[in-house]
Amino acid sequence: MDSNQAAKQHSLVGSEADSQRTLYPYVTGTSVVALKYKDGILMAADMGGSYGSTLRYKSVERLKAVGKHSLLGASGEISDFQEILRYLDELILYDNMWDDGNSFGPKEVHSYLTRVMYNRRNKFDPLWNSLVLGGVKNGQKYLGMVSMIGVNFEDNHVATGFGNHLARPLLRDEWHENLSFEDGVKLLEKCMRVLLYRDRSAINKLQIAKITEEGVTISPPYALKTFWGFSAFENPTVGAEGSW
Amino acid sequence: MFRNQYDTDVTTWSPAGRLFQVEYAMEAVKQGSAAIGLRSKTHVVLACVNKANSELSSHQKKIFKVDDHIGVAIAGLTADGRVLSRYMRSECINHSFTYESPLPVGRLVVQLADKAQVCTQRSWKRPFGVGLLVGGLDESGAHLYYNCPSGNYFEYQAFAIGSRSQAAKTYLERRFENFVDSSWDDLIKDALIATRETLQGEKLRSSICTVAVMGVGEPFHILDQETVQQLIDKFELVVEDEGPAAEPDAAAAEEGAEEGDAAEQGGDADQGAAPDQGVAPMEI
Repeated sequence: MDSNQAAKQHSLVGSEADSQRTLYPYVTGTSVVALKYKDGILMAADMGGSYGSTLRYKSVERLKAVGKHSLLGASGEISDFQEILRYLDELILYDNMWDDGNSFGPKEVHSYLTRVMYNRRNKFDPLWNSLVLGGVKNGQKYLGMVSMIGVNFEDNHVATGFGNHLARPLLRDEWHENLSFEDGVKLLEKCMRVLLYRDRSAINKLQIAKITEEGVTISPPYALKTFWGFSAFENPTVGAEGSW
Repeated sequence: MFRNQYDTDVTTWSPAGRLFQVEYAMEAVKQGSAAIGLRSKTHVVLACVNKANSELSSHQKKIFKVDDHIGVAIAGLTADGRVLSRYMRSECINHSFTYESPLPVGRLVVQLADKAQVCTQRSWKRPFGVGLLVGGLDESGAHLYYNCPSGNYFEYQAFAIGSRSQAAKTYLERRFENFVDSSWDDLIKDALIATRETLQGEKLRSSICTVAVMGVGEPFHILDQETVQQLIDKFELVVEDEGPAAEPDAAAAEEGAEEGDAAEQGGDADQGAAPDQGVAPMEI
């Protein structure tokens, strides 16, 4: 016991209060997918909060408005996402308190989040999230991503987690400048459907959010239509009786 | 201003509700060499007179770049001005690093004013003895602010501080309504004329003044001596050619300035601006 404690005190890695560090995530959200369209940004995420392999929570809102000009979507540890929302709440509050006609746009919020994530990573105590930050300010559309280790970049379409593998290829093929709202939603739903079929932590209850110069709208939760009537799924045990 | 028993400490009020140490600090600003600022909708020009202590020495730096979009001209204790400029640069660069966007000048000015206020409410400190003309750009366009040792700040279309700044202010008061839509050239011309007003008849040349500009799409930069001299030549030539008809202001001002300034100087030396005595400057 004593030698264990002695070893902990001499640890060079992390702070002494080891129990305060994030070692692994517990309740996690899966992919977020977002793209730029004609009037702004469209972002989609399902409402699942997985507890390991159990789909435990089914009404988790993973898309939130930030100030007047930005929209934040997060995958990863839900409690860390809530902590980030508290940081941003304070940031926007102080920004509003200046009351001087200047306000933080998506670029500023994205940069701030990058610094927060990177600084936590440097302390070996990361916020276990992949964040998608989108917004419109003064006609300029902005869409960026920050990872849990502070890697950040901007692009015309982004996705987190499984979305990177399953959705980005679709977006690379089918995204173009000045997508209409309907086409954007159709493209996002196509991506979310693939994720629903193939990502075991996805659930069929999602929200799509849009942000334009006018503001943020987050849709109420809805489900995608799925098709399971493939002939290969009929009589699956025909070649191997007793299996499933 | 006369000495009295309430002026030893910055933390002592006078019975009339004045803080004399703060007012004395503002006197220090009035003794420094002149600094002038003016703005249009899209540009801010800062100009100052460079007076060297002796012919052997160089003049002190009075205009500082704070960021690409913010510059400051100081009058008073230049050492205090340098320290505050360093603070402003630090705030700007920290904001740029965290938010990847320029610090709005209106917010910087408030932080500066709060810093100055602290020194008016601590018994172990003294107020900063420097006035700052802060010019900068933000989302709503070009701005010019004056930061006072008292911790007050004001926004201006045009302003002048330092010794003989009243002559410049008189000129600016006549013309300021046109500044909003002024072109780059006109704005600088007005700045140079205002600077000339503070020189009390001495010939305006680029070796004794500094001019700096910033604007939308034009980062802050100090104009080099050659450019300033060319601009001076451009407008002084206009005065000589067109004579009293076109620039009656300038010609009359030059003559009137000598007489007016002599009287002003006499007044200054004796009583330190008699009209100010009854009014506590901080109440502006």
